[in-house]
Amino acid sequence: MTRVEFSLNGFSKAVEVDPDMPLLWVLRDVLGLTGTKFGCGAGVCGACTMHLEGEAVRACQTPIKEVAGKSVTTIEGLSKDGSHPVQKAWIEEDVAQCGYCQPGQIMQAAWLLSKHPHPTDADINEGMGDNICRCGTYNRIRCAIHRAAGDVPASTSSTGKGA
Amino acid sequence: MSTRRDFVKTTCLSLALTLPLEPKLRFGQPEPVEPEKSGDGFAPSAFLRIDGDGTITIWANKSEMGQGIRTSMAMAVAEELGADWSKVKVQQASTAAKFGDLGITGGSQSTRSTFQPYRMVGATAREMLISAAAAKWQVDRATCQAEQGFIVHGANRLPFGELVEAASKLEPPKNPPLKATKDFRIIGTDVKRLDGPDIVNGRAQFGSDLKLPGMLIASVERSPVFGGKLKSVHDAAAKAVPGVKRVITISSGVAVLADSTWAALKGREALKLQWDEGAHASASTLEIGKGFETRLKTAGKVVRKEGQGAAAMGKNAIHARYDCPFLAHATMEPMVGMADVKPDRCDIYAPSQGPAWSMAAIQAITGLKAEQIEVHIPLLGGGFGRRAMPDFIVEAVECSKAAGVPVKVQYSREDDIQHDYYRPGSLHELSASLDAKGLPQAWQHRFTGPSIAASLKMPWPPEAAELSGASDLAYEIPNLEVEWVQSDTPFPLGFWRAVPASFNPFVTESFLDELAHKAGKDPLAFRVALLQKDEKRKVGGEKLDPARLRHVLELAAEKAGWKAWHLAKRAQGFGLGIAAHAYLDCGTYVAEVAEVEVKTDGSVKVHRVVCAVDCGMAINPLNIRAQMESGVIFGLTAALHGEITLEKGRVVQSGFADYPMLRLADSPKIEVHIVKSDLPPGGVGEPGLPPIAPAVANAIFSATGKRIRSLPMTAEKILKAAKA
Repeated sequence: MTRVEFSLNGFSKAVEVDPDMPLLWVLRDVLGLTGTKFGCGAGVCGACTMHLEGEAVRACQTPIKEVAGKSVTTIEGLSKDGSHPVQKAWIEEDVAQCGYCQPGQIMQAAWLLSKHPHPTDADINEGMGDNICRCGTYNRIRCAIHRAAGDVPASTSSTGKGA
Repeated sequence: MSTRRDFVKTTCLSLALTLPLEPKLRFGQPEPVEPEKSGDGFAPSAFLRIDGDGTITIWANKSEMGQGIRTSMAMAVAEELGADWSKVKVQQASTAAKFGDLGITGGSQSTRSTFQPYRMVGATAREMLISAAAAKWQVDRATCQAEQGFIVHGANRLPFGELVEAASKLEPPKNPPLKATKDFRIIGTDVKRLDGPDIVNGRAQFGSDLKLPGMLIASVERSPVFGGKLKSVHDAAAKAVPGVKRVITISSGVAVLADSTWAALKGREALKLQWDEGAHASASTLEIGKGFETRLKTAGKVVRKEGQGAAAMGKNAIHARYDCPFLAHATMEPMVGMADVKPDRCDIYAPSQGPAWSMAAIQAITGLKAEQIEVHIPLLGGGFGRRAMPDFIVEAVECSKAAGVPVKVQYSREDDIQHDYYRPGSLHELSASLDAKGLPQAWQHRFTGPSIAASLKMPWPPEAAELSGASDLAYEIPNLEVEWVQSDTPFPLGFWRAVPASFNPFVTESFLDELAHKAGKDPLAFRVALLQKDEKRKVGGEKLDPARLRHVLELAAEKAGWKAWHLAKRAQGFGLGIAAHAYLDCGTYVAEVAEVEVKTDGSVKVHRVVCAVDCGMAINPLNIRAQMESGVIFGLTAALHGEITLEKGRVVQSGFADYPMLRLADSPKIEVHIVKSDLPPGGVGEPGLPPIAPAVANAIFSATGKRIRSLPMTAEKILKAAKA
């Protein structure tokens, strides 16, 4: 067991855990922050995406010992009240279906926009390529990212109305 | 291993798998419940409460797994109530007696079974609020109406919240009037899902997110071979892992209980188990395939015959064989269930599509009566049929009972892929002959696969869940015969999104395309020519409205620019394909046109999908479009990538690396066109899926002249076909 101190959503935290325990389980089981989801445990689905020192990182692949002294932001800390442009755009586009992958998608998208304030479709393909959504909300995710960037969606999701 | 353990194991396993069911699936509906007159709010039924501050809470009796049912149900109540939508909240009904039988959430049946009952819930409350206001104002209640959260009479306006006390004292009306369709203000509009804000804030509670005081987390090591039995357990190393509290043998394997998921996983890695692998120790996909071949040579059950059937087959018949693989569900949230077993009570917290199906097993394990057991249902991180199964609940109950504390059983992704209830694989043999006009005059479809009903020991005929998309072929063909032959399999089987309509329409809509090309006809015109009679008719026991199917085909083709595309000079490697399916179980008709590009390496890029859907009255068009998009993406994953295989009795795939999912970059543009209709609303969770695989297969043929008759349509198969 090791004591690890780090910054979580702007607050300093200290935990006493197995140094190899992934941040995912520290967040979920030890600290009770369950917005970061478990999808695969192998870093291939993106459900556990959060920000470590401002970079989008998979919490399931990040042992807590590597977090010491660093700054972590989870979905709970992205904004106080769901007012981050990405969260607002997600609501506007009604992106979520089951919603389980969406905290990870949102954290990935927020990071993408921090690197590319006006991402092209190709930027989105590349930046969001490792986040799986089993419900198939991809087109709405694309639209929501363009919307969050303040750009007119370059590609629309379902546009069909009555016929 | 002790004798007692053997006994518990066999008993629980068979109980878990013998589901208490009537021959026909039951879909629970809200029953009228005694009004609750206590408390602050006005609760004319168990499914609705209006508080003094005007908050309207609706209890959903179907599980939310992304299909949007909680929002649709709330819309039905709010519409009839005349509610202010911003005041509406939704809660989840449990198995508590006051909510009646929840039935299952599946089969795209929730809207069909609950739309009218939920409207009645709202209408009843509206009439009582009107009566309360009219009495207060001493006016004729017929001159009052409900509007945007107020009861209104001329210049008089009273918010619902101020009427709750008076309304609570009234008797509910027997037959409250329902609104006319033309007066709808909420139904038929684009309404965003009520769970959206909690989801984007990370506050939404899924099954995995729940925690009880003193709870332990369990990770279960199960037999690597289906049906294997535990021979020996060496758990000293597991127990030595810090955080591990207990190691328990349960019916499905050995559970390591710990104070964190990480410790449970580490403890499980340290287990040393020996298994008697049993009868399926050498089972393989190759062997299963050979079994299908052998069975298909034998006679099965003719499940539909029109005219002379196969006897009318002409001399120049066209023949083709198709095959479809086994599939896992791979919900984003791996299976999970939590139980808190006490001597006189058992609470389950599980993301379940079918809590009622778990009841008998829970009772058998706990020895408790049904009224001492309550299943609470959080949000489901995807369902697709997987969560109708009771296994994750049974495991949690066994663990909690043995440990004496609440236990959450958490599946790993590997567990989830390798211990699923799989979509059955199948092998199909089709024959057809054309008449002088080039239209099919005889059609024979023989196919084999294992039976979901038999695998789950359902009291249904074995073919009950295998035929949709085959026996209900909608096209007018004078001589038609469909025959199903039952095969065996080591795989445990279950319900996968669209069940047999996830594979049969791939076969029938592809073969129909083959016939169209053989006849030298346009595949759209060919289909339309076989849907000329407008009279409704029975096909395979279900009622078909051919005009609705024809209309969605023509609409999808028109919106996709079908004619113009075929007249234009086409780019190398590009193709356009069409397919349709009348999802008669849930009253919805869908056609899809796919535009694909087949690259020189054999890979397929689907650029665009145009979908036309007639699901009757569109309750929430925003959600209908989402469900069609979802069906297309889910179906594309299966069409291009999905395959679960078996080697030495073990599932080969273990995660998203070897059971890949479609990614954002591969996602086509999807346009959805909804047919305007006043017919009763149909289901939308599944019907978007069946047409996409055949639409893509037909587009690949359009692009390459090669017919891919085997799912998934991998680059390897396409390259092989190109060389043939």
